[in-house]
Amino acid sequence: MKVSIMITCLADAIYPKVGEAMARILARYGIEADFPQLQTCCGQPAFNSGYWDEARASALTMLEAFQESDFVVTPSGSCAGMIHHYYLKLFESDEARYRQAEELIDKTYEFSRFLVHVMGVTDVGAHFPHKVTYHPSCHGSRLLGVKDEPLKLLEHVRGLELIPLPYAEDCCGFGGTFSVKMSDISGAMVSEKVDHVLETKAEVLVGIDLGCLMNIAGHLRHRGQSLRVMHLAELLDEGMGVTA
Amino acid sequence: MKATNEQTVLERAKQALNDEFLRNAVKLTTEKLKNGRLSAAKQLGNWEEWRERARQIRQHTIAHLDYYLNQFADQARKQGVHVHFAKDGKEAVEIAIRIAISKQAQTVVKSKSMVSEEIHMNEALEQNGIESVETDLGEYIIQLAGEMPSHIIIPAIHKNRKQIAELLSRDANETLAPDTAVLAGYVRKKLREKFLAADIGMTGCNFAIAETGSIVLFENEGNARMVSTLPKTQITLMGMERIVPTWDDLEVMATMLPRSATGQRLTVYMSGITGPRRPDDGDGPEEMHVIILDNGRSLQLGDPEFQELLHCIRCGACLNACPVYRHIGGHSYGSTYSGPIGAVLKPALNKNVLEWDDVANASSLCGACYEACPVKIPLHDMLVYLRRRKNEAGAGLCSEKWMMKGFKVVMAKPHRLRAVLKAGRLGQMPLVRDGAISAHLGPLKGWTAYRRFPALAKPSFRERWPHLQAELKEKARRASVKEHVQLRLKQIREKRTKKTGGNRDE
Ligand code: SF4
Repeated sequence: MKVSIMITCLADAIYPKVGEAMARILARYGIEADFPQLQTCCGQPAFNSGYWDEARASALTMLEAFQESDFVVTPSGSCAGMIHHYYLKLFESDEARYRQAEELIDKTYEFSRFLVHVMGVTDVGAHFPHKVTYHPSCHGSRLLGVKDEPLKLLEHVRGLELIPLPYAEDCCGFGGTFSVKMSDISGAMVSEKVDHVLETKAEVLVGIDLGCLMNIAGHLRHRGQSLRVMHLAELLDEGMGVTA
Repeated sequence: MKATNEQTVLERAKQALNDEFLRNAVKLTTEKLKNGRLSAAKQLGNWEEWRERARQIRQHTIAHLDYYLNQFADQARKQGVHVHFAKDGKEAVEIAIRIAISKQAQTVVKSKSMVSEEIHMNEALEQNGIESVETDLGEYIIQLAGEMPSHIIIPAIHKNRKQIAELLSRDANETLAPDTAVLAGYVRKKLREKFLAADIGMTGCNFAIAETGSIVLFENEGNARMVSTLPKTQITLMGMERIVPTWDDLEVMATMLPRSATGQRLTVYMSGITGPRRPDDGDGPEEMHVIILDNGRSLQLGDPEFQELLHCIRCGACLNACPVYRHIGGHSYGSTYSGPIGAVLKPALNKNVLEWDDVANASSLCGACYEACPVKIPLHDMLVYLRRRKNEAGAGLCSEKWMMKGFKVVMAKPHRLRAVLKAGRLGQMPLVRDGAISAHLGPLKGWTAYRRFPALAKPSFRERWPHLQAELKEKARRASVKEHVQLRLKQIREKRTKKTGGNRDE
């Protein structure tokens, strides 16, 4: 079985450790993932801003890169959501590409969903003795329907105390270019999100989408808060390292 | 806060963001309404199935709108109703004024109607020397304040009790205590005289039933019932999409609308009105008019991206769920309809792309509106379509256009991405402190006003991959549970080839 990593532009350029953590977790289960070099970005930044030609150029690299893959795993609910929710629309006028998009959709999984539904793993045997709160990202949970999977994985981590995040389902205000174009509105939203995160008194905030995590972490630092912000893959990988 | 249309969404939003009163008032009420909806949905059970049923009814009706509109008009006329079709707001207003003048009307009492707001009926009546009195408490308040409604259901949601007491005290020429009972009592007394003196009662229309030509009103204050029974003439304003085929269909809508709007199982009053007063009726108007408004609605028919807009039942649930609305309030949207539905309706209705301001950009596309919508309108998708149409019409921001051109060039080829990341790392060096950038520069300015920006990593995942691969190989070789996992992967892979369903969400 050929399992491929879809790294996403954000993890590639800014958070490579998240990709590494994800790959290591897969390897611990005997899955030697590959990394097709052709991939760049799912096209979401351009797509959401209404530049679909530009989005298509980028999305094409995804169609091509993963042609041979049996499974595609990505550390982002948002990018997986982009593919699942919009690729058919994006390629609706090109029959061959449309078919490729269908195939890609069928094999593309957000990381936690891949672990739980494909690999059948909910307990990775990790140990992480900290107070943790979880922010469900909007695209992961609403577009893609990834709701319980991350929580299931976290519940099985030894020593981890999961503190519910008040108003968890509220958007953090990221929204890609929204955070720059409408920065004042976005700023008000992230500030409210951070208030809720701090209320939990958790030591670690965990999530499945780097856009949201970058946004929340950025505002936490802006306010001089040092609370740790991690992707779920990093947390599990770190916790597995302890027990391995 | 008063908003003017010359400002951009962001400018109006900035004012709102600095208005603590407004933000607290909106937050408090939307949260109450949202929680009401969630618990009503839970109590009802099978909410998703109800939603799907409601969506199907709306879809069917709108797909056959011409048929049902005709049926409605025929049936209503049979009951003695004067049915008028208006292609735009101007025409609708003219029809109403003509009726009012023919009745030598001096006073019109009105129950809540968003269509009336949409076509600025009050101003038109006043200009013709006809007194127009809103009788819904919230509408009465914003009429006094000279403002637009800032919420579909709760027009004065942006005002707190103290502000309302001040307004009403001025109206009353005496100081009224900021107490709901006192304030509502004052308005009730004042309106009673108006009801009795009014020549015309003007209502909105929540639903129109095609099979019997009836109109249906949902309300909590009883004022719509007074408006539709006391005056001799009734004028009902309805958007052309308000139709449902049968009373059975209404049952589904009556299940969804109050629950989605306020969390009520049913509003305090629900009136079904079929024609004017008959000889043995106890009350009701002698003459009844229904003005059916198009105003851009029919332009959505046949547009695969926007036809569903006509499914909207104006419950306001999307406003209450929207985090952007909660922070900036309704007036920031700069139109009669606000929140997610307003952000789409305003630009989409008249399809005048070039005149759109950036209201469609005022969303993080979080999808909370879609999740809340009782008829499943994909507003978050429509916002993206609007953005695209604006760019296609050549009205996008110039700087953004160039940025996106750059995006295309870089993202089309991985080696270009690699080169750009390398250059970026060099470029960022003077700005990075402790792994992050906080300088207020160029396109980053909006970001760094509220956040630090993480620096580009060295090496990138791409660059690191060759080394990582060796480590992974070794790990995978030593893995102990691989057979079981490999077997599952194989099974799922095979199931997919047999097309028994892959991994689709829709
Ligand atoms: S779009 Fe949906 S949620 Fe919003 S007002 Fe219309 S029916 Fe209600």
